[in-house]
Amino acid sequence: MISTSHLSRTFRAPGGEEVRAVRGIDLSVAREETVAVLGPNGAGKSTLMRMLSTLLPPTGGTARVAGFDVRTQAPQVRERIGYVGQGHGAGHAQRAVDEVVTQGRIHGLDRAAARARAAELLAALGLERLARRRTQAMSGGQRRRLDLAIGLVHLPELLFLDEPTTGLDPQNRDNLWEHIIGMRRRGGTTVVFSTHYLEEADRRADRIVVVDHGRVIADGTPAQLKQRHAGDRLTLETADPASAERLRGLVAAMDGVGTVTRRGAVVTGRAADGRAALPSAIVAARDQGITVVAADTRLPTLDDVFLELTGRSLRDVGEDPATGAEERGGPVTGVKDREGPTTCAEDREGPTTCAEDRGGPATGVEGGDRVPGQAA
Amino acid sequence: MSAVSPPRRRGLAGDVLIVTTRELRPVAADPFSLVVGLIQPLFFLLLFGPLVVSGTTPGTAHPWAWFVPGILVMISLFGTAGTGSNLQYDLQDGSHERLLVTPLARSSLFVGRALKEFVPLVVQAVVVVLVMVPFGFRPHAGGGVLGLLLLGVLGVGIGSLSYALAIAVREQDWMFWTVHQTVLFPLMILSGMLLPLDEGPAWMRVLARFNPLTHVVEAERDLFAGRITTPEVGYGFLAAGTTAVLGFLLGLRALRAATH
Ligand SMILES: Nc1ncnc2c1ncn2[C@@H]1O[C@H](COP(=O)(O)OP(=O)(O)OP(=O)(O)O)[C@@H](O)[C@H]1O
Ligand SMILES: [Mg+2]
Repeated sequence: MISTSHLSRTFRAPGGEEVRAVRGIDLSVAREETVAVLGPNGAGKSTLMRMLSTLLPPTGGTARVAGFDVRTQAPQVRERIGYVGQGHGAGHAQRAVDEVVTQGRIHGLDRAAARARAAELLAALGLERLARRRTQAMSGGQRRRLDLAIGLVHLPELLFLDEPTTGLDPQNRDNLWEHIIGMRRRGGTTVVFSTHYLEEADRRADRIVVVDHGRVIADGTPAQLKQRHAGDRLTLETADPASAERLRGLVAAMDGVGTVTRRGAVVTGRAADGRAALPSAIVAARDQGITVVAADTRLPTLDDVFLELTGRSLRDVGEDPATGAEERGGPVTGVKDREGPTTCAEDREGPTTCAEDRGGPATGVEGGDRVPGQAA
Repeated sequence: MSAVSPPRRRGLAGDVLIVTTRELRPVAADPFSLVVGLIQPLFFLLLFGPLVVSGTTPGTAHPWAWFVPGILVMISLFGTAGTGSNLQYDLQDGSHERLLVTPLARSSLFVGRALKEFVPLVVQAVVVVLVMVPFGFRPHAGGGVLGLLLLGVLGVGIGSLSYALAIAVREQDWMFWTVHQTVLFPLMILSGMLLPLDEGPAWMRVLARFNPLTHVVEAERDLFAGRITTPEVGYGFLAAGTTAVLGFLLGLRALRAATH
């Protein structure tokens, strides 16, 4: 449905400064796939979607969308896609229902079909009572829902949604996704959306593409990304910062453990297999006479992945930046290179299997050694 | 219903019709906004008119026959010159962009908008004419209809120029109003629509000859008085037509430059 090759876009800012918003993206999206594009502000998500929807000509590379080249066959592409931009798409002096009907007419629906579809969408998105209101007299979330109704009216085979749910309350967010899922069932719509809500990407997307500085830095199913880029979270708390610092050294030296940091008396790290590493760490601490007062391991979230990939988190504040940076180096690869990652990650969705595989704490110590770690 | 978008079976005219209809919808929903636009010109007519009428009255049968057509041109100038700011609004909030992603022909987005100016303008002109009839204004029927047509063409032309300007300076919206204010008043004064220029200094009369509005004003005076075949009428249509063609060319060029 989409395939790009070295797709790039450079802007020339008024001062003559070059902004390389998208730098060589190779992306392919299959029919009926739902793909989330994640990335920090300014990463290039909107620029990418604007190029794919023919709004912005690429300055380099190529892209085929719905079977046509975005540069040379833009009209054919436009007939086949729906696009909801980051800004508001409804004219401020227009009435809600008119904009939806007009959009349907533009896409070739006859008047009756356009009206019926508009009524269906406005109801689905909870706007039926606002149908005759001018858009300038609607709240931000109401306008956003109207934008979505406009973009969905013609049941496109491919849908681009740039931050569709920003500004929507949870109820309306669910309503929107319910409708999109219904559309997929009806006509196999392919969806590409960007979002800053990681749990939304996790829940709704078949695949996640993480973009930063105009490049794709990760691409895979939510489970694969968590597996590959995050690893389990490990947290150990000691009685005082001094012993915590000693513990940090011990944990960092363990196989299959990476990115170990300390804040106060708390040591945190990433482990390929948290359930194996945690007991090893506790045993190692006890051997050195360090008392661990609390210990915990949990599965990674998409937040962890995002943090790992983009290095951006509020939690970094207050940490010694030098130590943090230094320790990002070596051990991280160890975690990434660990064997048979995919299967295990997917097993984790069903927690029982995974726990059984790893056995109890005693075997877990050995389990930790099983991990190839830096040796790989 | 299938998810596959239907192939497009509409020509450029169909696209233009969709855009024009969409643009006219807010006007139709709120026709009172047209009346608001008439308050100022009507005050001009009723308060300023008697002063002009009692002063210099070039050889016309009734002073209104000289003054009303001038005011009609003023309405088309002021009613359409600011229309580009609506487009700037749409450029900024994304509703123009939304239309750019649809199968609508790019040119229809501009042409449809420009043609929309015709309708409210003609409605306003008809209201002014009807209001002035009780005060003694006696328009010639056939000439009046042609006069309205001429006003519409001028309005489309000025509207297109306004859109072209709005697109060209879309990054600095203050620029739009600066140019608007700078250009509008000299054009108005130098067209003789409010005060006759026959007694003015020679340089003013020379400038006025190069002002397309001058020719439209003169044509309107002839048309509303029933003098349909004078050379002034020809020059008036030529001036308005040239303005419209120029506006279309500049507007389409600006739009193309802005989307690439
Ligand atoms: N028209 C433009 N001219 C110059 N620079 C631009 C232009 N549009 C975008 N950029 C720059 O390109 C980069 C990518 O912008 P883009 O809008 O694609 O980011 P984004 O990932 O969508 O961010 P956000 O999450 O804030 O929406 C940014 O640095 C931005 O400043
Ligand atoms: Mg964006």
